[in-house]
Amino acid sequence: MKTDALIDRLAEGVEPAGMQALRRRLLNGLGAGAAAAFVLMLVLLGVRHDLPQAAGTAIYWSKILYPLLFAVIGFAMLLRLARPGADARLPMALEIVPVAAISAFAWMQWASAPEAEHYALLMGRTWLVCPWLIVLLAVPVFAGTFWGLRGFAPTRPGLAGFAAGLFAGAVSASIYALHCNEGGAPFVALWYSLGIVIVGLAGALAGRLLLRW
Amino acid sequence: MLASLAGDAVSYRTLLAQLAPHLRGFFLRRLGNGADAEDLVQETLIAIHAKRATYDPSLPFTAWLHAIARYKLIDHLRRARIRRTLPLEEADAVFAEERTEAAIARRDVEVLLAQLPEAKRALVRRTKIEGLSTAEAARQSGLSESGVKVGVHRALKALSQMIGDKRR
Repeated sequence: MKTDALIDRLAEGVEPAGMQALRRRLLNGLGAGAAAAFVLMLVLLGVRHDLPQAAGTAIYWSKILYPLLFAVIGFAMLLRLARPGADARLPMALEIVPVAAISAFAWMQWASAPEAEHYALLMGRTWLVCPWLIVLLAVPVFAGTFWGLRGFAPTRPGLAGFAAGLFAGAVSASIYALHCNEGGAPFVALWYSLGIVIVGLAGALAGRLLLRW
Repeated sequence: MLASLAGDAVSYRTLLAQLAPHLRGFFLRRLGNGADAEDLVQETLIAIHAKRATYDPSLPFTAWLHAIARYKLIDHLRRARIRRTLPLEEADAVFAEERTEAAIARRDVEVLLAQLPEAKRALVRRTKIEGLSTAEAARQSGLSESGVKVGVHRALKALSQMIGDKRR
């Protein structure tokens, strides 16, 4: 087909672009995913029994806030990676902030604890299941986010998928924190982060397959 | 672009018509192939159309446009590179040949034979690999039959010694 004819065809009966709809679709997708993850946590795992007492502790809040902040910055990164020509470097660099904060908290706890408690601080009692439960709860968020990303145009599908995975993992981790009764900041810094990164890597693979256009 | 996003067909048409030569130049500079460049111009125009909702009006339009054009270019180059290599079925046959025991053995034999003196190598090749009789080999190499027998015998002995050396 001649290019001029193509232009005529494209311009013929063009509709408003629906930028709001695109954004809403992504928000709907990840909102539904997060809600499903929350229900999954309630049904499958249950909220920790000592929630009222725990709600007064710094570690309880840091377990929720660390992944939540990571997710919020991750969402900004994702939105930029999903659009051609948008610069994602600032949110990418900012992701260091929550990681640095939890690392600093972990180091403080580590340094002030007697050596006999170090192992418990790092490994807790649930290190074997923690990252995998985060991966499990991330599944609906992951699916919703990828569904919402369709229609966007990431020029680096692998990287955008990685960001989507990190976001889903982080949302999942902050929901998981309502169940988890570990008390060590080093535990959170290591095992929560591992769960988030696993989902991120899965996202990088999925992005290369699903986010091409 | 902003009017186009709102659904104004006239300004949208004007925009696309202005972009086409710009894109043509972009792809021609990088490909040097007119037909491929024109294909990419069309593909990019279609992508601009399909993905126009992803344009964020607070960001520069040219950055958005060039990111799409670059994406389409990379996509094209990747596909072109795959096409230039062998079809998958043939590539499989190539690897299969390499992997067979026979191919490995053949390579080993050649390595060993290469270490023999020229005359003996020819004798072994004729009698043991090409399967000639002693008489035929003698005729071809101009030796007597017993000369061939002795030569082959010594060559094989030398070969088995080489193998023995390697094992030890």
